[in-house]
Amino acid sequence: MPGLHSYLVVAALVFAIGLFGVLTRRNAVGILLGIELMLNAVNINLVAFARLHGDPIGLLFALFTIAITVAEVAVGLAIVIVIFRVRRTIDADRLDLLRG
Amino acid sequence: MDKPLVVLALPFAVFLLLSLAAPLRRRGVLAGWVSTAATAAAFVTALVIWRDGARGSLIVPWLPGDGGPMATVGLLLDGLSAPMLVLVTLVSLLVQVYSLAYLDDEPPRSLGRYYVYQSLFAFSMLGLVLSPTYLQMFVFWELVGLCSYLLIGFWYTRPAAARAAVKAFWTTKLGDLGFVAGIVMLWSNTGTFEFEALFRMAKDQTLPLEGLTTIMFLIYLGAVGKSAQFPLHVWLPDAMEGPTPVSALIHAATMVTAGVFLVARSEPLLVLVPAVLTIVARVGAFTALLAATMACVESDIKRVLAYSTVSQLGYMLAAAGAGAAAAGFFHLLTHGVFKALLFLGAGAVIHAVGTNDIFRMGGLWRFMPHTGIVFIAGTLALAGVWPLAGFFSKEAILEGVVAGGRPGVFVALAVTAFLTAFYMFRVVFITFFGPGHPHGDTHPPHDPPWLMRGPLWLLAALTVAIGVRFVIGAPGDHHPPVWLTVLSLALAGGGIALAWAMYGTGVIPVELVRRPLATIDFLARRRYFLDAIYGGIYRGLMLGFSRVVGWIDRYVVDGILNVCSAWSLRAGDALRRIQSGQAQDYVYGVAFGVLLLLVWARWWRTP
Repeated sequence: MPGLHSYLVVAALVFAIGLFGVLTRRNAVGILLGIELMLNAVNINLVAFARLHGDPIGLLFALFTIAITVAEVAVGLAIVIVIFRVRRTIDADRLDLLRG
Repeated sequence: MDKPLVVLALPFAVFLLLSLAAPLRRRGVLAGWVSTAATAAAFVTALVIWRDGARGSLIVPWLPGDGGPMATVGLLLDGLSAPMLVLVTLVSLLVQVYSLAYLDDEPPRSLGRYYVYQSLFAFSMLGLVLSPTYLQMFVFWELVGLCSYLLIGFWYTRPAAARAAVKAFWTTKLGDLGFVAGIVMLWSNTGTFEFEALFRMAKDQTLPLEGLTTIMFLIYLGAVGKSAQFPLHVWLPDAMEGPTPVSALIHAATMVTAGVFLVARSEPLLVLVPAVLTIVARVGAFTALLAATMACVESDIKRVLAYSTVSQLGYMLAAAGAGAAAAGFFHLLTHGVFKALLFLGAGAVIHAVGTNDIFRMGGLWRFMPHTGIVFIAGTLALAGVWPLAGFFSKEAILEGVVAGGRPGVFVALAVTAFLTAFYMFRVVFITFFGPGHPHGDTHPPHDPPWLMRGPLWLLAALTVAIGVRFVIGAPGDHHPPVWLTVLSLALAGGGIALAWAMYGTGVIPVELVRRPLATIDFLARRRYFLDAIYGGIYRGLMLGFSRVVGWIDRYVVDGILNVCSAWSLRAGDALRRIQSGQAQDYVYGVAFGVLLLLVWARWWRTP
């Protein structure tokens, strides 16, 4: 049974990989995937601490997060599809209408 | 004190009526007759006041103050103001009658405007004369200045007239600055503006003498501007751009003498400060001489008269400065009559030949005998020939100057008397007896209509009558020394003889006299470069200063602003670039920021 430390390291790694994806991916779908990884890192943390403290409320929070993540992905993909319809691209570099 | 109030109220009522009732004003001639009728009534009332010899004052509080009014207004009728009332209303009346004919080719609209100004002027001048306080005098002083400005610029579409009006206004304002500063200082020293209170204090020797020299000098500066004394005399010759009757009324008989009136009025205070009196006398004598030399070379008939007026005003003030203010005031009255006569006569000549240049007139005696006779009567009076009015007032001044112990002033005035006779008869000989110029056979010049001839004859008769009155017996039966009488007659005769020899017969060629006096001739023809100096001062000092201010505004003030705005633009442009519009960049910023916060919280934060 690995200790809390191992879980936290894994979660941090997953979070860092997700953040890296968000920052470097040029494809909007890839960015969404990165966000998913970051959210799952959070879930790992929640579950690890719930287990450490023997408190089921942490599990409950993880469930909520999963549900909301699903909704978020649905909305995010819908936005990506609309952007594609309008701009004929989902390349993040070319989505710069707000450039100053 | 009802009658002076009536005299004052009549022109004011006409002014209000004409300025408010536009249909009446636009009728022109009708407005003129209304104004003339009111002035005639005022003149009769003034005459009654003068005959009655009524004296008195009426004072009502004006500005409230702690413990009694701060300033008062009212009327003061005394030996100075009563004759002035008669002079002002008389000349106003005659000028208004004369103007009806002189300005007959003006459109009715502007003729109505002319009479609005005329009645406002009559009101203001009467108010000035009747003022019992310095403050009220200053108010009316400025009002007559305004009327002068309006009437010089009556033909405001002519650039020369508009320029002359502005010049007159500003030049006199320069003196008025001193006047207003002086009366305010006097008030802060004594707490009153009232003449009677001030004179009482002067008599009881309770007047604070501290700073009085400065105060009286400042008040005298007002007279320097208004009465065209050197070095502020430059506006009066230019003021001749106005209609000739205006020149006769304002710039010869009444307004310009306000300065003399002021000095005569302030005499009880002036005698306490001999230094100022010396200045008044010397500046007056210098002005008299300077203006007389300029009159000798002028070829514009109105300008000759204007310089003559400057010269005579210098005469009056020199008398006042020498302690003979009564003689100066007497000369003011007689001069008002015969100088108005001369101006109106010149107006008749100008009206007939259509030019101001005396060398383009000539031989007018045959065509205009009436005008010629009255003009010569006025000229003789101005030259100081017995038994006309000017002789007695001029002699009184010379006597007063001798009695005041000012030999330098006396010599200057004596030379001026000689020059006066010379330049006036120069005009007469050239204009009326000089070689006749072809005036065109169809329209030879002719005497003016009776509306103009009447005032001329009346003034001429008055000039003679005043003289005759003094021949019969001067009031108080006072006789000046015989040598003075002989001297003044000799000076006048000499001037007339020289003018006759040079311009009447040509016995003495003009060049013969001009050559030894080439320097003075050169300077006088260029008005002693005073206008050029003022122009230079204006251009050099005012425009130079303005240029410096303009440079500072353009390059320093605007420069600072421009640099600030340029920096703002640059900074904005630089900052604009961080708004890439790409969501990933923002996320990168947030992530990096959070990382920084973490590092700071973990290692740098002091517990």
